[in-house]
Amino acid sequence: MEKKIGVYICTDCEIGKALDIEQLIKVATKMKAPVVKTHPSLCQKEGVDFIKNDMAAEGVNAVVIAACSPRVNYDVFDLGIPLVERVNLREGVVWSHPPNDEETQMMAEDYIRMGILKMQKMEAPESYKVEDICKDLLVVGGGLAGVVAANETAKAGYDVYLVEKNDSLGGWMTKLYKQSPTKPPYTDLEEPLIKDLIKEIQQNPKIKIYTSSLIEKIDGSPGMYDVTIKQNGNVETFKAGAVVLASGTVPYDATKITHLGFGNYPNVITNVMMEELASKGEIVRPSDGKPVKSVAFVLCAGQRDENYLPYCSATCCMESLKQAKYIRNQDPEAKVYIFYRDMRTPGHYEYFYKSMQNDPGIFLTKGDVKGISEDGNKNLIVDAENTLIGEKIQVNADLVVLATGMVPVTGLGEEVLPPGVKPGDEFIPYVMIETDILNLGYRQGGELPSLAYGYPDSNFICFPYETRRTGVYAAGPVRAPMDISSVIEDATGAALKAIQCVELAGRGEAVHPRAGDISYADFFMQKCTQCKRCTEECPFGAINEDEKGNPIYNPTRCRRCAICLGACPERIISFKNYSVDMIGNMVKNIEIPEDEEKLRAIVFACENDAYPALDMAGLLRLNYTPFVRVVPLRCIGSMNLVWVADALSKGVDGVLLIGCQYGEDYQCHFATGSHLAKIRLSKVSETLGRLQLEPERVQMTQLSIADYYKVPQILDEFLEKLKEFGPNPFKGF
Amino acid sequence: MPAEKTGKILVVGGGMSGITAALEAAEVGYEVILIEKNPYLGGRVTQLNKYFPKLCPPNCGLEINFRRIKNNPRIKFYTLAGLEKISGSEGDFDVTIKLNPRCVNENCTACGACLEVCPVERPNDFNFGMDKTKAIYLPQDFAFPLRYVIDDKYCTKAECAKCVEVCSYEAIDLNMQAQSLSLKVGSIVWATGWTPYDATKIDDLGFGKYQNVIINMMMERLASQGGPTKGKILRPSDGKEPSRIAFVQCAGSRDENHLPYCSSVCCLASIKQATYIREQYPDAEILIFYIDIRTPARAERLYLRAQKDEKIKFIKGKVAKIEEDPSTKDLTVTAEDALTLQKIHEKVNLVVLAAGMAPNTKEWKAPAEISCDTDGFILSNTGVAGMYAAGCALKPIDVYSSVQTATAAALKTIQSLVRR
Repeated sequence: MEKKIGVYICTDCEIGKALDIEQLIKVATKMKAPVVKTHPSLCQKEGVDFIKNDMAAEGVNAVVIAACSPRVNYDVFDLGIPLVERVNLREGVVWSHPPNDEETQMMAEDYIRMGILKMQKMEAPESYKVEDICKDLLVVGGGLAGVVAANETAKAGYDVYLVEKNDSLGGWMTKLYKQSPTKPPYTDLEEPLIKDLIKEIQQNPKIKIYTSSLIEKIDGSPGMYDVTIKQNGNVETFKAGAVVLASGTVPYDATKITHLGFGNYPNVITNVMMEELASKGEIVRPSDGKPVKSVAFVLCAGQRDENYLPYCSATCCMESLKQAKYIRNQDPEAKVYIFYRDMRTPGHYEYFYKSMQNDPGIFLTKGDVKGISEDGNKNLIVDAENTLIGEKIQVNADLVVLATGMVPVTGLGEEVLPPGVKPGDEFIPYVMIETDILNLGYRQGGELPSLAYGYPDSNFICFPYETRRTGVYAAGPVRAPMDISSVIEDATGAALKAIQCVELAGRGEAVHPRAGDISYADFFMQKCTQCKRCTEECPFGAINEDEKGNPIYNPTRCRRCAICLGACPERIISFKNYSVDMIGNMVKNIEIPEDEEKLRAIVFACENDAYPALDMAGLLRLNYTPFVRVVPLRCIGSMNLVWVADALSKGVDGVLLIGCQYGEDYQCHFATGSHLAKIRLSKVSETLGRLQLEPERVQMTQLSIADYYKVPQILDEFLEKLKEFGPNPFKGF
Repeated sequence: MPAEKTGKILVVGGGMSGITAALEAAEVGYEVILIEKNPYLGGRVTQLNKYFPKLCPPNCGLEINFRRIKNNPRIKFYTLAGLEKISGSEGDFDVTIKLNPRCVNENCTACGACLEVCPVERPNDFNFGMDKTKAIYLPQDFAFPLRYVIDDKYCTKAECAKCVEVCSYEAIDLNMQAQSLSLKVGSIVWATGWTPYDATKIDDLGFGKYQNVIINMMMERLASQGGPTKGKILRPSDGKEPSRIAFVQCAGSRDENHLPYCSSVCCLASIKQATYIREQYPDAEILIFYIDIRTPARAERLYLRAQKDEKIKFIKGKVAKIEEDPSTKDLTVTAEDALTLQKIHEKVNLVVLAAGMAPNTKEWKAPAEISCDTDGFILSNTGVAGMYAAGCALKPIDVYSSVQTATAAALKTIQSLVRR
């Protein structure tokens, strides 16, 4: 169906008072919009009806609304058609610039032009349909997290494959003698819940369990993974829609902490060994089998220490208190010494800690254990410093228990960086630790990229299930240290995300953060030069390569950030409603005044943070230079350098990119997008130099939504800089 | 293949946990009703300046979540809404929701004309009473929905009605009445959140008595651009820049007379707030009085960084009392150093109490027979089929963990609908 564009200019909220509306109508008409109208208040019922009436009577099917910001009245202007574009005249122009001013007017006119051009270049996206979508889930790892994920998924009606490398389910949990309290009064040890859970899933026909099995290969993409597993030499294959990675942790190697004597002294054991001793019955000394009379616990053994594990394993304080209780329950005469650095018993665990503090047989002190030695009878002497009872103390014990931390199995492999990237480089797109756990058939490597210390955790506080591999969700201690209750919650949450992913894939929609977006990338392959930038730069590994180096795009892995569109030097990647051509045309069609004093700058703003920040500035009536033209981008990483060239060759005096924070604590919602933009930009400055243009005419800055009050300063300063350089010498060419 | 998606989900509480539970279920494909008692969504996190340990702005994630809500036709939300009545059982609950009058309707364009004429002021609860708004006001800079509201308790209504005259959108209705809304839902998530512990109950710490003793949440507002001081951390008594600041950890928490549990976020929150001060006042000295520093998992790195900062001093010792010098309004913090066993008296010009988290279900009784512990937290097994708890209604946890519990609750509610 032919597109019939209607442009509707609202004159409310000071727009009509501040701008020459007649002139705006002329601009829109000149842009060949067939219907151009104004209305005193588009967001009120009469206004919406006004538009709808044209849709019905005049066949308008592509609507440009020049009124307030797209961040407001989103529901009011939901016209039931895909082609609706909002031109932000309120927050973006009249609320942030002086009324009835020539420059303010020119700004509004440019935005009208840009909005109409955008609409002219836009097509309604159609969703990507997966044939035979598979909604069964694969859970990798049969410990507590995996068992819970499988169970909760099945309870929601989905079929599950659970793959465990050991010959039985349960993981570390099966080694526990008791588990920490989870119920009021939070002071009683509980039976480990894993046994019942295993029974439950074994009886559930929706769950197919493979023990003694390893993943050979996971090919494909969400909604259509081909999984190959190996069980006792036999190969089996099945389809899965999404994956929960619950491969767990292993204890830190205590022999590395040499001053604590593990491995040298038989009566120095780890917390895991203590559980095994307790489960067997009586807790006795390994050296002579005698019941223990005095036990020392050394907390943070090799933890919170940059020489060993820099992080805190989060559960050891509580687990050690629990084990102290085992000792005291076994022998009321036995003495327990606990050396901690900070007793970390968050939330309700404080009740248990309190109950243990009230036990006269337990001696708790803050202290740094400096060494452990052994006497002729294999008794141990613990030397501690900075304790609550003295600078230096010694304690004799029959048995010493080291609270060693946990290491994610995803960290037990060789660290591989992308080709051409060295450790210490300013930009490391991802860190892949090769572990043979998932063996994903992805061009960027087979596992989930590691965030820190081998944990494939999310980088976001608000979005703990954010993942660099769409459809693959880490759960439980493999992603971050956590206690049993948290493991259960986390595994349930990961199961939800996996289910959500297959449902979204089934509807042809993107997952977070552009959930619901049905647009997807189109590759004009005839022009592809196999440069591999798109396959290398995609933060989500969505694009594979064939043997010739051609990109193979996987829509259900894709997050629609359009970073590939920005990466492609041949400009062959586009979305129906977002393309190089579309943005390029918007940029090229802003009007460059003949008066060279009137500078022009393009501001490419990330839709997620920078654009809302600009909007907030308008909302709070902060004034900023009218010489800028803001172009929102899906991610600043989707910036294609050709737009910069388009702008400069057209006579624009400068280009400013505003993206999210990059680096270690990056805030880019597409992980590496803002950093990639920065790198692309650094390449442009050489070119600018060659053209005798000041490289500083093109800059990038980082801005969060909370920095809205800095908007005027940032923009005004950029314009001041451009003023110093003088007008772009290409003006008028 | 799962059963057909039938029934609706009700989420009570529009903070981070409630928003997450609602969105996660809606993005699977279920219909969700989200109700929130405040006139805006975002709950406690929208009052925060930054998150620990990343020190990133909470409104960044909220913006994404609000966009998710805007783009998702399956979520319907109500602000100023309370839950009045529930009957029925899993898969078939009848609920009655009370919609309190906003006195400002959808016509509001947030133009702000009303602000200029409103003659009445009210203490700004969003900023913990540290500044004032007009009786008609935008709840906060990041308010979503972006719409004004009238505070019933302060507005003189028909006596004045100046705002009605000046509003060109007929957006103000001073006679707006509360409405009742009845609906059927299949399952319910309680994401009712928390309130800072009432620090006036802690006798010797002087909160409420001494102006320069504030609680941690007030510090968040002081450090926020939208706060009473536009982001500048200043002493409440005289607006001066503080140069020596004490943080008192476990103010109420881990104390049988107040909150017997550990609120689990306050150590990291205080260390985070220390970074706010260090950024604004490079010469300021910071003392952190603590029992144990609890910075679990990877958050340890924030503690490590603070320990390397010579302007931040960590003192293991519980604060016994705080006294004010009435002439300067400076404060003396008395504590016993647990390592040296020395009594210490430190003179500072601002004290921040790390007030703990009290679940809202401690004071507010849900209209359902859900099981809570003695502290008011809802048990993970709520005791009622089809009802689940998420976030700080469940236990005192940070934002990351709250979102985990909320995502989990989303799946549990879906199970309730599938089982039906």
